[in-house]
Amino acid sequence: MSEELYANLAIFVLSLLVGFEVMSKIPSTLQTPMMSGANAIHGVVVVGAFAIAAEANNWLLYVLTFFAALFAAINVAGGYTVTDRMLGMFDRKPAKKEEDKK
Amino acid sequence: MTGLTTTASLIYLISAFCYVIGVHLMRSPKTAKKGNGLSFVGMILAVIMILIEILVSGRVQVGAWIALAAGLALGIFYGFSKAKRVPMTDVPQLVSLFNAVGGGAAAAIGAFDYMTANGHLPLVLSIPVVLDIVIGGITFSGSLIATGKLSGKVSGKPITFPGSKFVNILVVIAIVAAAILMITQVDNSWYLVLALLASLAFGLLMTLPIGGADMPVVVSLLNAFTGLAVAFAGFVINNQVLIIAGALVGAAGTILTLQMADAMNRSVANILAGGFGTDDSQSVSPAGQTDVKVVETSADDIGLQLAYAHNVMIVPGYGLAAAQAQHEVAELAKLLTDNGINVDYAIHPVAGRMPGHMNVLLADVNVPYDQLKQLDEANSMFENTDVSLVIGANDVTNPLARESGNDISGMPILDVDKSKSVVVIKRSMSSGYAGVPNPLFSLPNTKMFFSDAKKGLQDIIASSKEYINQ
Repeated sequence: MSEELYANLAIFVLSLLVGFEVMSKIPSTLQTPMMSGANAIHGVVVVGAFAIAAEANNWLLYVLTFFAALFAAINVAGGYTVTDRMLGMFDRKPAKKEEDKK
Repeated sequence: MTGLTTTASLIYLISAFCYVIGVHLMRSPKTAKKGNGLSFVGMILAVIMILIEILVSGRVQVGAWIALAAGLALGIFYGFSKAKRVPMTDVPQLVSLFNAVGGGAAAAIGAFDYMTANGHLPLVLSIPVVLDIVIGGITFSGSLIATGKLSGKVSGKPITFPGSKFVNILVVIAIVAAAILMITQVDNSWYLVLALLASLAFGLLMTLPIGGADMPVVVSLLNAFTGLAVAFAGFVINNQVLIIAGALVGAAGTILTLQMADAMNRSVANILAGGFGTDDSQSVSPAGQTDVKVVETSADDIGLQLAYAHNVMIVPGYGLAAAQAQHEVAELAKLLTDNGINVDYAIHPVAGRMPGHMNVLLADVNVPYDQLKQLDEANSMFENTDVSLVIGANDVTNPLARESGNDISGMPILDVDKSKSVVVIKRSMSSGYAGVPNPLFSLPNTKMFFSDAKKGLQDIIASSKEYINQ
């Protein structure tokens, strides 16, 4: 096993453990935004789209690069925006809103 | 390590740190928004770093720049505008859509690496490449179906066809065969095409037979899958930030999936197996409510009852979300509280279309946060509740859950039957998705109001106004 792969595997396993630890016992109130937030994070796949762009040198590969970039960008931009909108509602001071209305 | 790779590793580490702390902060409503922001900072850092890396490499062809820029611009525009405009009731399907494209991106990256390997893919890389393509393909098509089911574009009913079991087995064999061929004899595009098509087919076959009520669990599970696909993409391009973030999401999705399945008193295996043609979840006692005596009531009666109550508990369920009646419910509650009646909401963990979704819906219509009571707190309040107003909730209020020997035994429920009186707004006597009849409906202190949640609440608001304003 190469040293590189060994390091990557170690990072993978440790990250799984961190993930389990950080996520255990989250309040059910926040499960939807939490899922949406985690969803936004896997938009980091956009880094992969950049990485393959560096290797693309024919039409078929350009098309794959395009789709990887398109999909990943939707995931990042949309994921963070909708999560932010949801969490903004939890953040809101209801009392102040009432005053605004009056 | 050159200076650049050292810097890059450091930046990716900081980026990963932002995700972990970001997710951690999302555990509390007070810090959640900051957490999401921090996670976004991590994302921007990673993107800037990879951009610098590929710029310095100087290898990027003009065509690739155009493809990359066009993809990013379109994707950002589409994702952002969708997310800005979506009504809060439609959030679950949008999350599922974003999950689908994440899986699609991972599969595209896997396919790219397989095609550019020219037959020189070492085993330690070909395995993650194949996993990337297969898992990415499954999540892509599976999440799209989930999106369709949640939005009603695909029937929420389990969709099966004769021989589906056999087709499933064929598809799985095709995936395994394609995977083995790709790993052992790299560089044959037909294997790649076969693997992609079979994975896409598997995603469809896996999600189509699962009922709409179980979709949230499926979305969460597919979310975990996407995380893993992204992590494998990280192995392939040897980039640790993808490995860390992917594994983090994989773990997070797994835990969420288990928690949700728990709250519904179902096992994940059961939910998925239900989808593989065993359909035991369907055949369970199709509401054996012969001759159940229920007392019907009218909007007028309910208005009167509410106007003279001191403590009212609103119990919103799937029916409320489906009818998009959250504005009406908030209006009714405000009308009552303005006249000195205590109103609270009892929120079951899985009420709505997704766990926590009901909180989002109610927060969207400015329901004061302190009126939202979670399961345990709500249950301690029912004894002092004059009227429990159950709106489109069924299984989560079913007292049979406290007894053994049925499908929902042991599921935590809201003890509405302990309040002084109960009004259930529901369209018909049909049982919930668990297929268990609800004896709550025939209790002496329960009255049924058969109506669509939105229409029914509008009528109740009108009648309450008459009694209150006298």
